[in-house]
Order: sequence, then C-alpha cells, then structure tokens
Amino acid sequence: MLDPTPTGPHSGGTPLLQTIGLTKRYGDFLANDSIDIEIWPQQIHALLGENGAGKSTLVKTIYGLIQPSDGEMRWQGEKMVLSGPSEARARGIGMVFQHFSLFDNLTVAENVALGLDGKESFKDMSARLEQVSNVYGLPLDPRREVWQLSVGERQRIEIVRALMQNPKFLILDEPTAVLTPQEADQLFVVLQRLKAEGRAILYISHKLEEVKRLCDTATILRGGKKVSTCNPRAETAASLARMMVGADIKEVKAAAGRKTTVPRLVVNDLGMEPDDPHGVKLQHISLELKGGEILGIAGVAGNGQDELFAALSGERQSMDPGTVVIDGQAAGHLSITQRRKLGAAFVPEERLGHGTAPRMKLSENALLTGHAASGMVQRGFINTAATLKTVDRATEAFDVRKAKRDPEAASLSGGNLQKFVVGREILRNPAVLVVNQPTWGVDAGAAAVIRQALLDLAAGGAAILVTSQDLDELIEIADRIAVMFHGRLSEPLATADASREKLGLLMGGSSLAEKETAHAVGA
Amino acid sequence: MELLEAIILSVLAASTPLLLAATGELVTERSGVLNLGVEGMMIVGAACGFGGAWLSGSTTVGAICGIAAGTLLSLIFALMTLGLAVNQVATGLALTILGVGLSGLIGAGFVGERITPAPHLHIPGLTDIPLVGRILFGEDAFVYLSLALVIGVWLFLYRTRAGLVLRAAGDNHVSAHALGYPVLRIRLFAVMFGGACAGLGGAYLPLAYTPFFIPGMTAGRGWIALALVVFASWRPGRLVIGAYLFGAVTILQLHAQAFSLGIPSQFMSALPYLATVIVLVLISRARTGGSTAPAALGTVFVPDR
Repeated sequence: MLDPTPTGPHSGGTPLLQTIGLTKRYGDFLANDSIDIEIWPQQIHALLGENGAGKSTLVKTIYGLIQPSDGEMRWQGEKMVLSGPSEARARGIGMVFQHFSLFDNLTVAENVALGLDGKESFKDMSARLEQVSNVYGLPLDPRREVWQLSVGERQRIEIVRALMQNPKFLILDEPTAVLTPQEADQLFVVLQRLKAEGRAILYISHKLEEVKRLCDTATILRGGKKVSTCNPRAETAASLARMMVGADIKEVKAAAGRKTTVPRLVVNDLGMEPDDPHGVKLQHISLELKGGEILGIAGVAGNGQDELFAALSGERQSMDPGTVVIDGQAAGHLSITQRRKLGAAFVPEERLGHGTAPRMKLSENALLTGHAASGMVQRGFINTAATLKTVDRATEAFDVRKAKRDPEAASLSGGNLQKFVVGREILRNPAVLVVNQPTWGVDAGAAAVIRQALLDLAAGGAAILVTSQDLDELIEIADRIAVMFHGRLSEPLATADASREKLGLLMGGSSLAEKETAHAVGA
Repeated sequence: MELLEAIILSVLAASTPLLLAATGELVTERSGVLNLGVEGMMIVGAACGFGGAWLSGSTTVGAICGIAAGTLLSLIFALMTLGLAVNQVATGLALTILGVGLSGLIGAGFVGERITPAPHLHIPGLTDIPLVGRILFGEDAFVYLSLALVIGVWLFLYRTRAGLVLRAAGDNHVSAHALGYPVLRIRLFAVMFGGACAGLGGAYLPLAYTPFFIPGMTAGRGWIALALVVFASWRPGRLVIGAYLFGAVTILQLHAQAFSLGIPSQFMSALPYLATVIVLVLISRARTGGSTAPAALGTVFVPDR
C-alpha cells in the first residue's frame, strides 16, 4: 500500500506524534496489536472502528493513562515514555473524554483547575478561562456547578479545559455523540480554527459522514489491529464501514405488506411532574400510533425522553387513566405488569441495570419481564424449562453470541445483550413496543439486526415507538418523526419531509415559540 | 448562673471528642471512602491514650499514643479497602468489632488506675472574667485544638488545590484518575487523617473527660460522629453546630435526670440518639438540588493500568 501522504504542508520529515508497533495486552487479549500511526501538525486525523476495536485503549495510551506492553511512541521525533496524563499534558497533548471527566458537584472553574497543573492562582486561572472561552466562542459561567449544566455546556468545559493548556495535539473521543447537528457544526468551526492555528487533532467518531466532512486522514482499527490509513474524502461511507466491520453490512429493508389499521397506542395530553429535582416536566404530550407504524422520537438527551418512557411503560403512573391508551384500553393508571398484559412491551435505554439485572442469568431476566404474560410461572413455581426455552429462542432468532447457554447478563457484550433484550420483548409478539435508544453503543452488525427486527415487527401489525438520538437511525426505520424539547413533543413529520436541518432546528427548540403562540391562539 | 456556666463547660467537654472524630471522618468521606470503623478507632485511641499517659505521666504523650493507635487501625482499613478493594461497609464494621476487642485487651491492665487530667488554660485576668472567662479562656488544649482543626480542614478543603483534588476524588474517582490524580494515594492520606482524628477523639475521653479508663467508654460516640458528618451534610462549619448541639442534649438529659422530672431515665438517655434521627430525617426532607454527599462515597475504585 502506498504511504498515505498526510496533508501537513510543513512536514519537515518528522510527524508530531508517531506510534511504532504499539501493543497493549490484557492477559491473552490484545487490545492493541502493534499499531503504527502518524499524526502531523495541522491535521485532523480520524480514528475509526467498532466498539472494542481498540480506539479507547490507543488514545488512553497516547494520553499516558495506560502503559503500553510493547512498542514505542515518538513525540516530535524523540522517544516518549509517559508515566501519567500530567506528563502528556506537559508536552502539549490534550484530551476531551467521551464520558466526560467532570465533577458534578464542583464549579466550572474548579473543574477546569483540576485539568491544569495548578501553577497559576485560582483567580488568574478564572480570568484566563473567561478569556479562552470568549476567544473560541465557547461561553461558560465559571461559577455554575456542573450538575446544573446541559450536555453541550459540559462538553464546552472539557474543550476549554483542554484548550487552556494550549495543546499542540488534541484528542477528542466521540465529541458529537451528544450534540444536535447545529451544536456539532459549531464544534467543527472550532476544530477547523484549531487546525488553522497549526494544532493536530485526533478525532474519534462513529459518524462516517462527519468524518468525511471534517477529517484529512483516517486510521481504521478492527479487533485491535490497524486495518488501513486512508483519505476519508476519497472513500464512501459504505467503504469506510466495510473496513471497520470487515464485511458488508446488511442493508435494512422494510418488509412489504405494512398495514396501517386502528390506533394501538394513543397518548392524550400527557403531563407529568418529574420525580427527581433534575428531571424534566412532561407537558401536553399527545400522539397516536397505528398498527404497522413506527414513530421515531428525536431530541438531545435530557429533554424528557426518559420521563416519557417511564410514563408510557408504567414505571410512573398518571392519575388520569385516559392519558395512555393501549389497544383501546385506558392504561395511564396501570402498573408495568398490567400494561404488559394488555400486550405492550418495553425496552429501556440502559441494558444493564434497567433492562436487565446484571448479575442474574438470562433466563432469570427473561422471567422478570415475561412472567405475567407468558407461561413461565405455574402456581408460583418457576418453569425453568420454559425460561430456558425463551433464552434459546431469542438466541437463535437474534444471533446472540454468548459463552454458554445461560450466562449472567453482565457477561455479554453490549451488542449481544441488546439483541437479547430487544429479542426477549419482540418474541412475545407485542401489540405495542416502546423502545428507548435501541442501538446505543451497539456495533454496526448488531444494530442492523435490531433495526430489521423492529421493521419486521411493525410489518406484522405492531405499533412501535422508537426514541433515539441517532437521527440517521430514525430516518432509516421510522414512518414519522417527532422531536422532544424541554418536555414537549413536536408535531410528527413524515420521514420523507423530515430533513436533518428541520429536525436539528426542532431539537434546538427554535420553533417552540411559534408553536406556543399558535397554541394560545388556538385556545 | 453558676449552674449555667457549669453546664456550658460540660457541654463543650462532651462535644469535643465528637467534633474531633467527626472532622476526621468528614475528610475521609470527602475523599470518597466510608469508614464505619470510627467507634473502633476511637476506643483503641482511648485505651492507648490512657496507657501512654499513665506510663509516661504526660497528657501529650497520651494524646500522641491515641493518634498513633487510631492511625495504625485506619491503615488496616486502608489496606483492605484501597489495596485489596474489599467492601468498605463490611470492613468498617469489622474494624469496630476488632477495635472494641483490642481496646479491652490493651486496657485490661489500666482499669482502676487514675491519671492527672489534662490541664486547663489559665490566663490571669482573662480567665477570671465572670461567666465567660472560664468558658472562653479556661478550657483544656483539646477544645481549642478541635476548633482549630475544623477551621484548618475548612481552609484545606475550600481554599487549597490539594483540598480541591481531594473533593474531586470523592466526587468522581474515574474522572480524577483520568486526569492523572492518584486517587488511591489521596484516599490513603484521607483515611489516615480520619484515623488520627478518631484516635485523638477517643484519647480525649480518658485524658480530659474522665481521668480513668473503662472498657467500652466511647459508648457509641463513634457512631454519633458518623451521623454528625451526614447531619453536617459534609460541611465543616455545620459539623461544629451539630457536635455542640449533640453535646448539649447529652448534658441536658443528665441535668434533667438530676431534677427527677418523672420521665424514665432510659428515655432521657435515648434523647440524644432520638435527636440525631429526627435531625437526619429533617435534613433529608429539606434537601434540594445537587447531591450533598460525595458522589463516589463508599464505592471501591480499581484503576485500570
């Protein structure tokens, strides 16, 4: 293969950072298998790969959090050994973490101070914080405590914290996963500016279109090994995905013969106060879902999606039975089990801890959600054979890969557990399925299986409500898409009319004011 | 008025061991470690403190022995929970049981012996002012030390970088580690500080409160100190209020019993504990927004390397 020439125009022969045969071993498992990568100044370098491909291990090694088992790193041509992140920071390596490394009960300024080396006084640091955040157009109030801030603001803290060290090289781990398309665009402006200032950026993302737009070079990892380094602009999203997965991903197709019949799930003017102080109040939520239809709910995390799920699943009940109607039966006041008996099924966002009890076996987990509606319990005794059969059926139908017949839920990989959790509900052949983030953190292959299963279930006449932060996913499978913002739900748009721009604006709440006036006039 | 002065003096004396132990535990918990072994560290501190003072004849030596004993015991806790990542609740409970047994063994030879109690401050002129003189200027050194300690801890936690790092470790140990802070080392020091303070608080009892040692003389003060930390919602300032309030209830019930109000003495003895429960309920009801407890409190941390 030709040496992929990076775009660094002033490449005086030595890259900013180079890894040579970098290897990280955990027991017999090779998280990174002799990885060679070169980062040049003025380059935005994408790092692509599925979950578990070794991206996080690689960047943690570069940031000094993990010691490599073998191989070496060179910084500006000289051998570099890092005993910890502070040494990495001292050389000019900054990192913005995927799961923010912030402290909820500390203020913005304190959080930033913790990411610096403490050589300047707190006062000077605060002043510089305001200056840096203004220069880059990332406004922050240094005195607010983090728990009060939105996800977008939290990410700003991370970025400003990294920028305050004036880094030569900045690592960003899936920075746009939690942003609206507009917020992501703002971030790209900042990144382009950093590049123009001569800094290098290593950019981890799942979003291939984004990578094609932003990045000059892409390195693709699979199973801990480097597969290729290429120019993402010269590739297609499909060819990049193929390199990541190592095989073609099956295209998801809607089955023919979708029938739209009577409404199976109706929500009438549902309102609910949050039960914890940081929650979102649901206001005037109405929707109607017919059999055979998939309604997608988009929105930035924390706009009431979790509260809506709780209200629909019966984790929280309403005083007014008419707010939720399942297959013609008022169910707003019913418990989870009673709603399941009406034919509804629910898949929450977190698969460990919410969707399953992590330390219990799959069969026991199947029993926990299915006992009321299927014959797994007889006269108070568990029918072990029936629970195991459910596990086997889900395993077979959804290609769940596991070490033994009935392992603990926590021992499965994210994708396989998600296939099991979704499969467990779909196999009950529900009339209504409410599913929250069906493919969050799931590899592309498993995601395709799950999306196809949802389409097939709808084709069989079920009504499906899918909440997702992945717009591409909703556009792919939903018939209509509505957007949640601050506990309100927009009018659903037919997917054909729902452009990313339109949805993005709704996600930012821009048309809410118009809607409110319209509401007032209408009333 | 004489009585009022006497009451206030005894309230301060009763509150000081609680304040000392609770201050140490507050720092430990702020770093994210829940050490339920305070009672055990206090009682061993009491036995060793008395032993040191009795053998040397010096209160200072006694106090140092108490501090050393509490610290040593806390090191066992640190080894288990930080080094071996054992459950903190179970280890803390075991530490208390160990401490109670150990103190009986150490103190067996000292039972019935007496020492000279810690001297009280005397500044001619100031201490002789009626009413306030003895209260403000006539205490033993431990009372002043405990207040200085609280102020010092407050300054440390909120005005120094090291204190900020300690609070960060207690709020989110994964993030603190990701930023390169040595979470386990920070927690080790915090646990040792907690042990030292609990040992000193325990030693205060035989060195200043009563000039002799009896087995089990801490009588649950370690548990009260733990409750006080929650009561104070992990803030040093409120800890002082809580400790003195609790000391006051303890003393008042003694006086109330002396006046024989016709209330069963068992009920009066239970009053301080009842007060703690009521205050805890009120605090948890009044809580709004943010979390007052260190978010990582009681969770085991194993860094990935």
